[in-house]
Parts: sequence; structure tokens; C-alpha cells
Amino acid sequence: MTQSFISIEGISKRFPAAGGGATTVFEDLWLPMERGAFTCIIGHSGCGKTTVLNVLAGLDRPSEGVVIVDNQAIEGPSLDRAVIFQSHALLPWLTVMGNVAYAVSSRWRRWSRVEVEEHARKFIALVGLSGAERKRPAELSGGMKQRVGIARALSIEPKILLMDEPFSALDALTRGTLQDEVRRICRETGQTVLMITHDVDEAIYLADRIVLMTNGPQAVMAEIVENPLPVDRARNDVHKHPLYYAVRNHVVDFLVTRSRSFSDADKAALNRRAVPVVRPGAPEPVVLGGDTLTPSWPGSRVKEA
Amino acid sequence: MTRSLTLRAAVVSLLFFAAFVLAWHLATRGAGATVAMDPEYAKLMGATATQGKSAMPGPLDVAQTLWGHLKDPFYDRGTNDKGLGIQLGWSIARVGLGYLLAVLVAIPLGVMIGMSPLMSKALDPFIQILKPISPLAWMPLALYTIKDSGISAIFVIFICSLWPMLVNTAFGIASVRREWINVARTLEVGTLRRIFTVLLPAAAPTILTGMRISIGIAWLVIVAAEMLVGGTGIGYFVWNEWNNLSITNVITAILVIGVVGMILDQLLARATRAVTFPE
Ligand SMILES: Nc1ncnc2c1ncn2[C@@H]1O[C@H](COP(=O)(O)OP(=O)(O)OP(=O)(O)O)[C@@H](O)[C@H]1O
Ligand SMILES: [Mg+2]
Repeated sequence: MTQSFISIEGISKRFPAAGGGATTVFEDLWLPMERGAFTCIIGHSGCGKTTVLNVLAGLDRPSEGVVIVDNQAIEGPSLDRAVIFQSHALLPWLTVMGNVAYAVSSRWRRWSRVEVEEHARKFIALVGLSGAERKRPAELSGGMKQRVGIARALSIEPKILLMDEPFSALDALTRGTLQDEVRRICRETGQTVLMITHDVDEAIYLADRIVLMTNGPQAVMAEIVENPLPVDRARNDVHKHPLYYAVRNHVVDFLVTRSRSFSDADKAALNRRAVPVVRPGAPEPVVLGGDTLTPSWPGSRVKEA
Repeated sequence: MTRSLTLRAAVVSLLFFAAFVLAWHLATRGAGATVAMDPEYAKLMGATATQGKSAMPGPLDVAQTLWGHLKDPFYDRGTNDKGLGIQLGWSIARVGLGYLLAVLVAIPLGVMIGMSPLMSKALDPFIQILKPISPLAWMPLALYTIKDSGISAIFVIFICSLWPMLVNTAFGIASVRREWINVARTLEVGTLRRIFTVLLPAAAPTILTGMRISIGIAWLVIVAAEMLVGGTGIGYFVWNEWNNLSITNVITAILVIGVVGMILDQLLARATRAVTFPE
């Protein structure tokens, strides 16, 4: 088997519980990710998504297991893996330029100030913030702050981009624009991305694969949904695609019922090293009449990865 | 609205001031010649007895003395007769030196304590015990070991400025937001650069608050310390004028001490504002 670009291998995370013992947030997660792939993780609050992302970022250590990136186990944070934080995490005493330049000068230590600022300016322009370089984070709107966070992450030209619900605090319109920008930039640069989200539509629009996590504690990756939509999809007509609702219903159905009802028996039956990959198919004709009503989404082709 | 508020407040302040000065004046003015007495005896007794004048100087006396000091602040006529400016200069120099030494010790040490939970726990008992000790309690020990009254005063300033800065720096550094530190970590920023680019700027408002408390305490303590060690300084001046029974000079010195303390405090307040960032 050829090694994937990123390979999560059997990671678990336990925290000491209040009355002694330990609570297991998630257990024995395995997930390969290919170079240039855009992967989304969806799951309910508290199932451990941020923890998984922090482990990948090197900010947190798993209790068991390893993550291999480019044939090397992750030992700590690295400039190869940029993080876009849920709460933007801009340094409030620096300007927009200062924040991005801080990352650039950390990446290329020998660069002169002029080189650093020029490079930073390019990425500030990329997220459409030219002209706001001298502003401080407090003078920016939520969407603008998140853009600066994106510019900062992209400016170090990382191999992997890790995003923790980057758009969840934004209004629908800003979110849409930023999704478009992120998608465009990632596609142009062939970026490998792991993103956490709560928003099903966002996942379907952006991701190649959507990883579904069950509820914690002892959360597992129950399923990987392959996105059947064409790669060159546009945001304003994805929902018109014949397969759109097949994917959407599948994911929503998981979040609403199966994430909760996923039993210990289901977990035992699950092959954790090769989580089932599901590709929601085209709807089959609805058969009306008779005593039974055939569901319009008769399920999905299940194939083993 | 705010402007008119400031204006009104200024007017009210002036009114209070005027009322205070007037009351002071009335309370201390002479009540006119009292009993007739032998001129020789009256001369001996002074104005207090002959004109019913209060022993307390009035505002006009103080203003006159103050004006005299302001006109010639730097004269030097021997140990016990130096200009107010010279005395203040000594005090400010001592406070400045002791305070600077305290900054040089407290901030690096505070950063270390703030960054290391182990150090924080290990040093906490010492800090808790040393902090509440009155700085003047160190004075005999300082005089005994240092054997120099001037340096002892500086040491007392050092020790009293140390604790607020140390405690605030450690607290400020320890409570820097996790996500800002994580930003530096994901950028593989080394420890020293992390201290200067993230920890210190983030903790600067807290650290400066500690520095502002320290300068206030240092200025309070220097007066007492100089009364003890003697020789020079505004504290010694107050003590000396008390021994001369020159209440006018004592009141003048009190005023000047207040004004200098306010200026020091305002300097630090301005510095705090300069490093405070809106979130
Ligand atoms: N330091 C900690 N000590 C104890 N428990 C923790 C700690 N950090 C996280 N947890 C627990 O781990 C679980 C997963 O947390 P995590 O932040 O990864 O959730 P999440 O899936 O990102 O949730 P959300 O969608 O709300 O962001 C939570 O139940 C939380 O209580
Ligand atoms: Mg989270």
C-alpha cells in the first residue's frame, strides 16, 4: 500500500475525568488524506474535532497513535502546516500588515523588511484587503479579521492548511464570499486542506470528502462521504445539481439520527482502519402506489476503501 | 456634552479650591492686637501672642515661601540649607535608581515565573512572605550590611517597587491568551522571540499597571526613608524644617511631594495607555 500524504494512524485522546479514571474523547481514528485533497470533518459539538485538528497542527499530542505527514511522524507544530483558528487569533497589538508580516518573517527569517512586506502585501491583496494594511484588528469587521487569518495562514505557503470552523462566526453573505475565495485559492495552489465545520452546505460546496464523526465520548469516524458533485462547481448552482440533495440528505440524516444512535455494536463492527466510503448516488425513480412507499433515496452504494 | 462636563468640573474644582483657601485664610489670620503688654515681652512672644495670630501659617505665607523656592530652587548653603529643587532631585534620583533596578529584576523574573508553572509554584511561598513586609523594616538590615545610608535608601526603594511589578508581570504573562501563544507555536517561533513578540506585548498593559503601582509606593516610601537616613532629599527636608519649626516650609514641601507624585503617576498612566491595545 502506498503511503498517503497525511495519514492519521490510530489516534485516541483521553482526558483525566473528574472522579478519577479518564474520559475518552475519541478512540482509534484512522484516516488517510491525499495531496491536494480537500477534506471536511463534520460532527456534533464536543465530539473532538478541534482536538483532532490540534493534533494534526502539532499543538496537542494524542494519547495514543501517530499522525504521519510526508512519511514523518508529527512531533510538534511546523511551518508546513498552517492553522486558521476558529477565533481568528490575530495579535491585536499588530496591524493587518504586522500580523501577516509576523508569519512571513517567521517563515523566511533572512528576508529583509522590504521583502517581507512585499510578500505579505501580495497575500493581503489575495484576500481582498488591500488598503487596510495599517488597520488594527479591532478596527476590522469579523469577516475582515477572518480574512487576515486566512492571509496569514496562506502567506507562509504551507503544505497543509488546517481550518477550524473558519467561517462559523460570519453572516451568510460574508461566509459565501470567503468560501468562494478559499476554494479558488486552494484549487489554484493545489492546497491540501483539512477543515472542520458544522455547516453541511459548506462541506458539500468545498470538500472532496466529508468525514462523519459520531457523538462523543468515544467518538469514532463512522463514514467517509465522497462528494459526487463535479469539481468545477459554482456556489450559486450546486444545489441545482441532481446529486446535491442525495449528499445533503445523507449527511443531515447522519447528523440528526445516526451520529447519536451509533451503538457500541456498530463501533465493534466498524473496520476502523478502513472506514466505509460512501458515494451517494442518483435518486432512483419513486415507486408510488401499492402498500409500501419506496424511499426516494434508496441508499447509497457502499464500497470498501 | 463631555466638553461641557469637563468645563463644569473644572469650575467646581476651582470653587472648592477657593473655598478651601478662604477657610484656611480665615482660620489662620490674626485676630488683631490682644492684650497690651510690655513691648520687650511682646517681642519675645512673637506675633502669635501679640496679634492673636495662629501658629499655623496661612495660605499667603505658604504661597510666598513656595514662590521663594520656585524662584531659586537650586541654591546650596551647606548641609541644612539647600534649595527645594536640589532636595527633590536627590529624592527623584534615588527613586529612579531603585525603581530601575527593580524593573531590571522584576520583569525578567516575572516572565520566567509566568512561563513556568513549576517556578510559579516553587517561588510562590517566598513571594507571599516577602511581599507584605513593610519596606522600612528592611532599613536596619540594609544599613547594617550596606553601611551606606544613601544606598540603603535606594535598596528600600528597590525592595518596595519589586513586588507589584513581579506579581503583575508573572500574572500578565501566565494569562496571555492560549491562542496567541499557539499562533507563535505554529510559526515555529523560538522562545526568546516568542517572549518579545507575543508574551511581552500581550502582557504589557498588566505589567505597566504593576509598574504604576510600584512608582506610587516608591514615592510614598522615599519620604519616610529619607527622614530615617537623613542628609539629603525631600523627606529629610521635611524633617529638618519640622526641627526648625518652619511649618510654612513643611506645608510647601507637602504640596511639592504631592505634585511630583502626581506627575510620576501620570507618566506611567500615559505609558500604560500607549501599550494598551483594543481587542
Ligand atoms: N483540556 C481538556 N480537559 C478535559 N477535557 C477536554 C479538554 N479539552 C477538551 N476536552 C473535552 O474534549 C471534548 C472534545 O473537545 P473539542 O474541543 O475537540 O470538541 P469539538 O468537536 O471541537 O466541539 P465544537 O464543535 O463545539 O468546537 C469535549 O467534550 C471537551 O469537554
Ligand atoms: Mg471545536
